Amino acid sequence: MSMATTMGYTTADREFLLAAGQTCTDCAGAIDDDNLEAWPDYFSEDCLYRVETREGRANGWQIGLMHCEGRGMLRDRVLAIRHGNVFDPHTYRHVLSMPRFAPAAPGSDGTEIASARRVLTSFNVTRVMQTGETTLFAVGTYDDVFVEAEGRLLIRSRTVVLDSRNLDTLLVIPL
Amino acid sequence: MFRWPDEGLARVPFRVYNDPQIAEAEQKLLFQGETWNLVCLDLEVAEPGQYRTNWIGETPVIVVRDPVADRIRVFVNRCVHRGSMLCLERHGKAENFTCMYHNWVYSLDGKLQSIAFKRGVRGQGGMPADFDITKHGLRELRVDTIRNLVFATFSDQLPPVAEWFGPRMVWSLERFFHKPIRLIGGYTQVLPNNWKLYAENVRDSYHASLLHTFFATFGLNRLSMDGAVEVNEAGGSHLSWSKMATDDAEGTDYASGGLRSMRDLAIEDRRLLKTWPEFPDGITHMIQTLFPNVFLQQIQNTLAVRLLVPRGLDRCDLQWWVFAYEDDTPEQLRMRLMQSNLVGPAGLVSLEDGFIGNAVQRTTRGDQGHGAIVEMGGHGVGTERQSRVSEAAVRGFWQQWRGLMGL
Ligand code: FES
Ligand SMILES: [Fe+2]
Repeated sequence: MSMATTMGYTTADREFLLAAGQTCTDCAGAIDDDNLEAWPDYFSEDCLYRVETREGRANGWQIGLMHCEGRGMLRDRVLAIRHGNVFDPHTYRHVLSMPRFAPAAPGSDGTEIASARRVLTSFNVTRVMQTGETTLFAVGTYDDVFVEAEGRLLIRSRTVVLDSRNLDTLLVIPL
Repeated sequence: MFRWPDEGLARVPFRVYNDPQIAEAEQKLLFQGETWNLVCLDLEVAEPGQYRTNWIGETPVIVVRDPVADRIRVFVNRCVHRGSMLCLERHGKAENFTCMYHNWVYSLDGKLQSIAFKRGVRGQGGMPADFDITKHGLRELRVDTIRNLVFATFSDQLPPVAEWFGPRMVWSLERFFHKPIRLIGGYTQVLPNNWKLYAENVRDSYHASLLHTFFATFGLNRLSMDGAVEVNEAGGSHLSWSKMATDDAEGTDYASGGLRSMRDLAIEDRRLLKTWPEFPDGITHMIQTLFPNVFLQQIQNTLAVRLLVPRGLDRCDLQWWVFAYEDDTPEQLRMRLMQSNLVGPAGLVSLEDGFIGNAVQRTTRGDQGHGAIVEMGGHGVGTERQSRVSEAAVRGFWQQWRGLMGL
């Protein structure tokens, strides 16, 4: 048995995971480098971006911490961060795990998303305040569905699942 | 020790946010004293044996539905043996409470039922024969409810909840919970400030359009038709409500008829601004506080209960229950979901409330005896019908706080 299939992964699987991991890493990098204007570009036009807690997901709660549908809402978030909201300046630093496959999930409209695949990535996000105060801010999983569009592998749906129900101070910059 | 400034309620000494002696006295005189404290919503303990743990100040409590008496009981969450916490879970269902440390067992009415190795082993050891198990139950608190809210108190003499908060506060609670609700969200926001800074913030209707600039930036301000700040007799609880001008009865939209934004900025997707008139009274914004640390919110179609639990001098946990009505249509739920982007820890309209307390907290350590000026809207704590640019409810909070603290 070749190395490529020992874990049940085909070469195509591994290539996909590598590409998905690259999108996740680049997307996190845009946030960490304060290039927030580029952040929506890692999502498809009809994307869903949601932040919720593990507890909320287990309870089937509709309301999480953020819920954006479509790139326009992501851009609105960025515009609000830049011009609309007042907060103590800070930056993030993401550390991501390798992505792994999750069982296929129904899409938001209830139908199976064809040719899209669901990938889970663990993250730690450290928050650095302007005072220098550096703390572990968020720990959780990206639950992502990818889609090939515009010649790239884009995030069609991302649910940021926070392990804790506690959120320190506020959430303005997306995770 | 500490003396309140001569200006009375018009000044709040910064020391109150940063003095360990005051914090200690608050535990005794407020949280374990003459106050009713929210412990959970009744839906969390709806079934027999269902429990929820929480905190009254720094005291851990268990709220449980006693299946025999079919009523809610509240106990201090502490084993009488050597003081271990009895329930570690946030939620659960129990037939009894068994302490993990030495297996002492309590029934759900708080009685001590059994003691492991009470008679020792083979006649050796065990508890003395005169130890009376019936004299050592869990510390039980008085319980009272209004609609979906469950309150407990350490006091034997406090009047019932409805009487203590007064008729206008009860009117508003009956309005919030006028039909069956269900939970649709919840989280805990950890605030890096003394709890009283947040308690003041919610009572401060003066800051709303000044600190929170989202609407102004994007030209989404709507004219307010009518509103008031109403303070209850004791001072510490209040209502702040307003009616936004609406263009038609079908549905309102912050966006239509808005002012132009100063920088010509516009948001792209206005779906999060879509609302419908939730209540027939036309009130679109209702903020209610219940002394000392409970907050209720109707901001357009977002509904929530918040409880603030102090965690030492410069930290507090703000627990949120986000709710909807059981008979919501899918369209209404969807509007609530979209509008949820406007409130809460990530809320575009009000996320600033999360950090503003810390901006004050940071200056209080070297306070040099200074205090905050609280004179907007005069010196009184009376109801303000003219304008919500008033700090009357903040003064009211301090009036009740000082009365209970003897300061
Ligand atoms: S501390 Fe609870 S049984 Fe000993
Ligand atoms: Fe506010």
